Amino acid sequence: MYFFRTNQIEKVGFFMQHENVTEDKKDFAAPYKAKLGLWMFLVYTIVYAGFIVITAFSPETMGLDIGSINLAIFYGLFLIGFAVILALVYNFLCARCEKRMNVEEEEEEAAK
Amino acid sequence: MNYQPSVWAIIIFFSFVAFVLLISRFYAKRSQSAKGFYTAGGSVPWVVNGIAFAGDYLSAASFLGICGMIAFYGFDGFLYSIGYLAGWMVALFVVAEPLKRMGKYTFADALDSRFKSKGIKIAAGISTLIVSVFYLIPQMVGAGSLVTPLLGWPHWLGVMLVGAVVIFIVATAGMASTTYVQFLKGALLIIFSCVLVFLVLNKGLFTDEYKTLEVDSASPEAITLADPAYTVEKEWTVGDLLFVAVRFADNEQSVWAYNAQKGLLEETLFITHKADGTELFNGASKEDNKFFQVGNLTDIRGVPDTQTGAIGPFAFLGAIKESTVVRWDKAIVMDDGDKITIYYQHPTSGAEVLQPGQKFPLDTLKNKLNFISLMLALFFGTAALPHILIRYYTVKNPAAARKSTIIAIVSIGFFYLLTLFLGFGSMIGGGLDLTNSNMAAPLLAKNFSIAIFAIISAIAFATVLGTVSGLLVASSGAVVHDLIGSSKQKKLSDKMEVSIGKIAAIVVGGIAIVLGILFKNMNVSFLVGWAFAVAASANLPAIIMVLFWKRTTAKGVIASIIVGLVSAMVIILLSQSTYNDVYHLVGVTAPMPIDNPAIISVPLSFLTLVIVSLLTQKKDAAQEA
Repeated sequence: MYFFRTNQIEKVGFFMQHENVTEDKKDFAAPYKAKLGLWMFLVYTIVYAGFIVITAFSPETMGLDIGSINLAIFYGLFLIGFAVILALVYNFLCARCEKRMNVEEEEEEAAK
Repeated sequence: MNYQPSVWAIIIFFSFVAFVLLISRFYAKRSQSAKGFYTAGGSVPWVVNGIAFAGDYLSAASFLGICGMIAFYGFDGFLYSIGYLAGWMVALFVVAEPLKRMGKYTFADALDSRFKSKGIKIAAGISTLIVSVFYLIPQMVGAGSLVTPLLGWPHWLGVMLVGAVVIFIVATAGMASTTYVQFLKGALLIIFSCVLVFLVLNKGLFTDEYKTLEVDSASPEAITLADPAYTVEKEWTVGDLLFVAVRFADNEQSVWAYNAQKGLLEETLFITHKADGTELFNGASKEDNKFFQVGNLTDIRGVPDTQTGAIGPFAFLGAIKESTVVRWDKAIVMDDGDKITIYYQHPTSGAEVLQPGQKFPLDTLKNKLNFISLMLALFFGTAALPHILIRYYTVKNPAAARKSTIIAIVSIGFFYLLTLFLGFGSMIGGGLDLTNSNMAAPLLAKNFSIAIFAIISAIAFATVLGTVSGLLVASSGAVVHDLIGSSKQKKLSDKMEVSIGKIAAIVVGGIAIVLGILFKNMNVSFLVGWAFAVAASANLPAIIMVLFWKRTTAKGVIASIIVGLVSAMVIILLSQSTYNDVYHLVGVTAPMPIDNPAIISVPLSFLTLVIVSLLTQKKDAAQEA
């Protein structure tokens, strides 16, 4: 039950008491994450726009066979799967950056 | 259809409601402060918040509306699944972390963090209230739809019940109880949808045929039937279609559609709306249960009277593609002052059903723009929904906000895959009530067992409870922090903030009850499309520009919210769909050429923000200094 446990929360069985535990620490990785987010947003938007354009202007293309299904179903399922994969990749890169930059910056500040 | 309540359904349903109320009571003592009431103290673990996000988002529109739309129109319903999920990419990549960093209670806090402007707070507060009300309507409609088959109660009573329970949840414990209700409901919804999809695939595809009557001769003057026990009484022509009223020897009257190609009369379902206001379903009162569930295949890969047995997910879709699905179209005829709505069979190739175009015709430029506009609203609307945005303040830091969004994307994405099989399972497995497109998923469950139907319906009901409570928390937060908070010189006490918030929740809940009753027969996913369009137009341009454009000014933000909100609402209120389905002005051409406003109102809102910001640069810079 690691996911459900944080130091700041007093547990009452599975549920927990609610106190103000919001953190206001400076996040040194924020600019990197914002830039990465915008790039990944752009990638997904292009793939999503492709789906909309084909559907709107060439709906018959969506009927083309892709294995046992058609392009419409394939593209729709792909968009859902692609969203999940991009989200996981984004989280991995953000977490790595947070670990590196925030620790480095905190160490530098401590050294000063 | 007439729905008979079962003891199982009633026990499971009320147990669920009782459990939800217990959670609320449990958290009531811990939600005395404003921070506790509106954001659960910012202490919700990100995994719980992620599933609660899914609970918030997988509302009546997702479960009831999308499944129903796929069941009635095929692939076009799945477009909503695709669009709804895509919207989360905007939330994750653009909005999640910065919003958490800049805000405290509502998204107006984040918008206003640079400017300290009363105008922004008021505009964002009004926008939150209007978007919430637009989103509340379909939830209430969905609740009414569910309670009828589950408990045998009329639609309005279902809406009232949801309203009362939700107001209790919110008024007692605010965001804390809402979060755990959402968590529970989100998890149960996904688990039991999996069970239902497993049952659908395990049963596989099968064919079924409706009754036919052999025609002896069909001259332009009259149709005569081979079986002398049946007598043709009346004929009605609607365009190319010919409908025949037939009386059986036992005096029972029915309506049939003439299939000239096969020389047969095919069974229809029909509702007679009598001049005195009474309604007959297949010639009898509703309680007689003659208006049956439909949905079938007439052949599988060209073979009639067959079945596949257990089948894999891709094979399931592949087999539908090569089979013939019976869809149902509607015609209206007048008979001695009575209006008869006839639902007749429309066999459609599976390949067509798996392609776009059944619900959203893409034949004209106007229809194409309507479709693009809808997809745009779904894409940009998610990250602008107030009840989604406030959930970012229930976790402790921006990283937790991001991680909870990812949990939401994974769980919601998985659920949307399931909608494809739930919808098509209903379409071909007798899960359609032709009078209510929102009931496909629960009726599919009913085909397997009453217990599963009861569980699925109880979860669907909880779906509505959770989403509505989230919306009420968002609305009351907007009233207290954005509207009242910005107009008072002196800060309200913590106790007063919570008390006013509770009163606001009760008032907004009351409005939602009334609107839920008025919009009874509309598809909930369609209605939610409107809420997304209003949110995308009013809120998202302001959020994005505040985050990423340094020259944004307070006046630019205010103008953008107002223009987005007003333009989206004007287009919706003057659209053909609203004319037909809300005002019931059939045959009247609406002034707005499109139904979905986003393609006009979103760019307009962005443009307004840029122009007004550029025009007010110096003034606002001086004010900020």
